[in-house]
Amino acid sequence: MAGRAPKKKDPTPPAPTMDSLLATKEIAVACGPGGVGKTTTAAASALMAAVHHGSKVLVLTVDPAKRLANALGLDGIGNTEHRVPDSAFKRAGLKPRGELWAAMLDTKESWDSLIRHHAPDEQTRDEILANPLYQNISGRFIQSHDYIAMERLYEIHSAAEYDLIVVDTPPTRNALDFLDAPERLADFFSSRLLRWLIVPYRSKLVNVATKPFYQISDRILGTEFMSDISEFFILFQTMYDGFVERSQAVGRLLSDRRTTFVVVSTLEATPLREAEFFAEQLNERKLHLGAIVLNKVLPDYLQGRAGAKVAEAMKDRAEELAAGLAPSVGAGDPGLADPTQIARVLTEVADSYLNFQIVALREMEERATLAVAPDVLATVPFFDTDIYDLTGLLRLGEQIWG
Amino acid sequence: MPADPMTPLLDRKLVFVTGKGGTGKTTVASALALLAASRGKRVLICEIDGKGELAGYYEAPPTAFKEKEVQPGLFAMTMDTEASLREYLKLQLRVPIVGRIGPVAKAFDFLAAAAPGVREILTVGKLCFEVRDNGWDMVVVDAPASGHIVGQLAAPQAVNGLVKVGLIRNQTDWMLEMLSDPAVTALLAVCTPEEMPVTETIELAVRIREETTVQLAGVVVNRVLPELFGRQEEAVFDALALPEPLAELDHLVAGDAGPVLEAARLAVTMRRTRATHLERLRSGIDPAVPLLYLPFLFTRSHGLRTTRQVAESLGEELGY
Repeated sequence: MAGRAPKKKDPTPPAPTMDSLLATKEIAVACGPGGVGKTTTAAASALMAAVHHGSKVLVLTVDPAKRLANALGLDGIGNTEHRVPDSAFKRAGLKPRGELWAAMLDTKESWDSLIRHHAPDEQTRDEILANPLYQNISGRFIQSHDYIAMERLYEIHSAAEYDLIVVDTPPTRNALDFLDAPERLADFFSSRLLRWLIVPYRSKLVNVATKPFYQISDRILGTEFMSDISEFFILFQTMYDGFVERSQAVGRLLSDRRTTFVVVSTLEATPLREAEFFAEQLNERKLHLGAIVLNKVLPDYLQGRAGAKVAEAMKDRAEELAAGLAPSVGAGDPGLADPTQIARVLTEVADSYLNFQIVALREMEERATLAVAPDVLATVPFFDTDIYDLTGLLRLGEQIWG
Repeated sequence: MPADPMTPLLDRKLVFVTGKGGTGKTTVASALALLAASRGKRVLICEIDGKGELAGYYEAPPTAFKEKEVQPGLFAMTMDTEASLREYLKLQLRVPIVGRIGPVAKAFDFLAAAAPGVREILTVGKLCFEVRDNGWDMVVVDAPASGHIVGQLAAPQAVNGLVKVGLIRNQTDWMLEMLSDPAVTALLAVCTPEEMPVTETIELAVRIREETTVQLAGVVVNRVLPELFGRQEEAVFDALALPEPLAELDHLVAGDAGPVLEAARLAVTMRRTRATHLERLRSGIDPAVPLLYLPFLFTRSHGLRTTRQVAESLGEELGY
């Protein structure tokens, strides 16, 4: 015998793609700097998963563009989850194997429902909801967005209604804020200072160590406000255990292996540095960096040296070329056969190419120096028009999908 | 109400620059400060969201709470609310706790978490203080992104609503007066001619009018693409891209001209898509608010050279 077939080695697993990544996860958190297309990327990923995986997918977005909201059937819909209708898929020529659901995050409403959930009794609930400080915190307090987004995610995941939840994170001052939010909230509720604060207005018992604190607080903010604050936190204390437990659970969910993070950026220097920093932080916290999606990347054909040579020739020899091209350019409409005008067009076109090449080469350089290695690195080209329907989302999704 | 002529931007003392993330807010803020300094003003620029990027726009060493000169007549600082609190306690209140940083920091953490608006008021307070007491001709603020700027600028009112008496209350009154004076304070919003930035800018203009007392003194439209062709030239371009002329062009330049034409097509479509957003912006913003256009920069990198180019374009738009 010429020998048996060599013993089969374990096949090398195929390189991971967004397709394979999202097929194995239950939560994908899209994060990154502002203005890079996070929301669109989250929506496109969810759409692709619904179309190809036959799963029930929810995209939880924070502040979608109006036309994207329209496309997802989210217009005028608040906090509730809403199924993207078949008609929208039909218009895009799609027949999804799964279901696509969408919901928007309403911070105020989410806080209110959290209070309703945790309040020990109706009276406490109503007092909290009516407290001016609470209204301020839930509506304006910036970090409350971060916390509530993760809290909402936890709630939806616990209900076990979806195979996959894709979350779009709120625009934060710092991309990391929402990661710390659950822990920060837990810390806050268990802080000694909180207890200090509540004591004097409750029992008028002030010891030597805490006295200066109240004196200063009173001088700066006034006794009335301090007593408002303390009343608010006395009410909040009743929900202490529930809150701490809950925020710890949210923290655990984020580091669960069923959760992955998708960092979105462009190849512009500032957002990319921020995205890179964020990816490093994920690694440091042992959170799963599943993918980096690079949006709005200029097309490859702008990079070639050959293209530049042609453009330079078009510019340098514009008049000569125009004279030669005039007959064929004017073949359909003799009015277009003016060599001076053709030369001007050739120069403009060439200049524009050379200009964009500078930007494209800078982007290529940025990509080459990317210091983090996610499982999946997806590049999405610059789309010349806005994405405002499922067809557009699908076009983007296919670029991500791999 | 007869509209008073707007105070020229460079004559204001306190200019907040905001915008959606990714639109070039810091670029515009740093260019505005450079422009003012180059016209002989003594300028302070303050970065609020301490990401430490600002220094790079002037190719200067990292900035800190204490201002440093980064260009002739131009000083830069980074906001640090805790340092601001310490300074405030020391200068304004003469509170004896000064020096004992530990308790202050703890108390501050607590207050900032418990009482919304405290962090914001310390930021705005420091800026107003710089304008009033430190003799700057102009203080430029690289302010929070458009999602957060309203909370920042409305903080004095919010605190006034919550705090009825006390030293904080005494302080908010003069701050409000300064912020409300359009001869002194201005907000500049930066956007790009794209869907979300334009939508956010229009929404921001409404919220600024309704929830704050600060005047929106201009919208900077950043990264405007050049117009490649007039109508007739575009017809020539379309004819040139037909198979026969294109093949001839390939032959004449001994190469593939396809990508070069393709790139021009992309530039034309991008500009056209953006033009509709520009129209939406113009019709969505009070006509009294000027739009200032800055060109898309085809540059190698960011740094002082880019900041200078933007400052020049901004100067031209402002009529200097």
